[in-house]
Amino acid sequence: MGLEIIEVTKRFGQATAVDHLTLTVPEGEMFGLLGANGAGKTTTFRMILGLLLPTEGVIRWQGEPIDDAKSHLIGYLPEERGLYPKLKVQEQLLYLGRLRGMKKTDLLPEIDRWLERFHIRDYANKRVEELSKGNQQKIQFIAAVLHRPKLLILDEPFSGLDPVNVELLKEAVLDLKRNGTTIVFSSHRMEHVEELCEHVCILRRGRAVVAGALRELKRSFGKQILVIQGDGPFEQLARFPGVLQWKRTAEGVRLQIANEEAAQAILGHIAGKVAVRLFALEEPSLNDIFIEKVGAAYE
Amino acid sequence: MNKFFLVAVHTYQTKLKAKAFLVTTAITCLLIIGVANIQPIIEFFTGDEKTHVAVIDRTGSLYGPLAKQANDDQVALTKITDMENEAKEAVKEGKWDGLLVLSMDAEGLPEAVYYANTIVDNQTPEELERALSQLKTALSAAKLGLTDEQMAELYKPVPFQKVALEKNAKTEEELNQARALVYVLLFAMYMFVLMYGGMIATEVATEKSSRVMEILVSSVPPVQQLFGKIIGVALVSLTQFFVFFAVAFAALKTSGQEVWRFLGFDHLPASIFGYALVFFLLGYLLYAVLFAVLGSLVSRVEDVQPAITPVMMLVVAAFMIAMFGLNAPESAFVTGASFVPFFAPMLMFLRIGLVSVPGWEVALCLALLAATIALLIYFGAKVYRGGVLMYGRMNIFKDIKQAIQLTKK
Repeated sequence: MGLEIIEVTKRFGQATAVDHLTLTVPEGEMFGLLGANGAGKTTTFRMILGLLLPTEGVIRWQGEPIDDAKSHLIGYLPEERGLYPKLKVQEQLLYLGRLRGMKKTDLLPEIDRWLERFHIRDYANKRVEELSKGNQQKIQFIAAVLHRPKLLILDEPFSGLDPVNVELLKEAVLDLKRNGTTIVFSSHRMEHVEELCEHVCILRRGRAVVAGALRELKRSFGKQILVIQGDGPFEQLARFPGVLQWKRTAEGVRLQIANEEAAQAILGHIAGKVAVRLFALEEPSLNDIFIEKVGAAYE
Repeated sequence: MNKFFLVAVHTYQTKLKAKAFLVTTAITCLLIIGVANIQPIIEFFTGDEKTHVAVIDRTGSLYGPLAKQANDDQVALTKITDMENEAKEAVKEGKWDGLLVLSMDAEGLPEAVYYANTIVDNQTPEELERALSQLKTALSAAKLGLTDEQMAELYKPVPFQKVALEKNAKTEEELNQARALVYVLLFAMYMFVLMYGGMIATEVATEKSSRVMEILVSSVPPVQQLFGKIIGVALVSLTQFFVFFAVAFAALKTSGQEVWRFLGFDHLPASIFGYALVFFLLGYLLYAVLFAVLGSLVSRVEDVQPAITPVMMLVVAAFMIAMFGLNAPESAFVTGASFVPFFAPMLMFLRIGLVSVPGWEVALCLALLAATIALLIYFGAKVYRGGVLMYGRMNIFKDIKQAIQLTKK
């Protein structure tokens, strides 16, 4: 069953933030929600959490509507830091964990384990405002997962983290998924979504423009990406039959082509004329799909 | 319910542990100790507090009786025979604190001029004037040839008693005590709302500006959260009040002053204490909910003050009307205002304390108050839930509207 969002619309007065959105996230899956700023991601999350009520449509978890009584099943990491700046890390996590229905005796070892895992055990008795942004984000993450939620909602979980910490958090997210947690997350970074999610949905002005399993989306995209690295010149390839898009990169060019035959033709055309160090056919990235569907670069 | 206690206890503990709170409490305690010992402290700094006044007696007969009349704790009189100018110089040089020149007017009654470097000190001349007036009265009486008995008769006070005819009306003694109790309660409520109302609003606004609210609202129903905060702060205030009382009691006791002289409530019926409790609690609840809702509407702590000012004004207005009502509890204005929920906790209690209010009026007033509180809680929980998601600029009425809209479908 998992999470079902059925024909959900949210209007704020005249403005429509989410427009007839239908999504299903099977239990134990990781689901990526993408969209430009203002596309309706956070509004969707807030509706799932019950912070906002949908104007139309229903949202269900395991076939039942989500209300305050289910708060212990749900974990939430908001986009902006939501912590008490003056409270010490351990007290903070204890309080938030207890509000989600956990006992103090169960919480203490759990907090310890997480702090250890994120290498921030020394900060247990520091006030949150004294921590760096990255470490605050780790605390925020712990607060979201401490009570072992069944459904975890992560709004931009990796923003503000350095690559080492991104890996640390990604590892933790994958661990949670392995333990059966259903995860919905949004990210600015396409590669994170690509790496973690089986299912994605791209929102544009509150509507789902692309939704489905990532692998099938790529397969049905039809077009392929040809990467050529060398000294060039490659300008003449822009008008070559079968080339849909032409873009210069630091090392050469990146072409979007209609099919594999076009790649063969290009190879024949440039062989012996220009020095080529790399000639590779790649499957389209999520970014290609996104740009194609949303019509503009993401960030 | 469980979460409600968690929020309340959490609020209580964090507030209590906050440095600012501890410092404020400590400073206030020091102040209380200081005030309780004000007499010895002033005496300590003043040392010899007598004013030394030189007296030039041109009549030759006034100094003796005057010295007897004047209070020697305050002024020390010394008769001198210097010339007036020399004496004035002596005052300027600081040899004397003041100079009193006594003479007789045409009708043979005393006259006086008091010289001092400054006449800031009111006490000494007043004391001298009092003593001289008495002297003058005695002299006049003697001139008229009145006997001591006749004098006594002249000054005998008129016997004047007040008797209330209404059966339930309070006796003079009861009234005085009731007035004292009403005064205490009015003041307590006023202080409470002004001191802790702001604390509730700030508490909520702080939580909101740190965006913890978003997590909290998704895990605790807003009504429970609202009440958790209100009760938490109430507990903080009670703790603080208890500390203040204990310190004040101990300080007064050690300074040897009569503590309970003013607080004899033995003539009051027990029911009035019950009313005091009920009205105090309802009043606190009413204003606390208002403050919490206002706190949830602003997005920054700096905006709390302007947002809660109108409510503060309401409390001040209620207090002003109540002060006026202490002397005119039966006026139509006070009676009318006592049914307005925002004034009711102070004014209805005042009326119950001072005049006999029909039972139905009390019941109606309580019902109105309870209904207003219930309405505010219902409305407040909605605004609260929506308010925490708004981070814009401030315009109270628009914000309330928008907050409610956010909780709608």
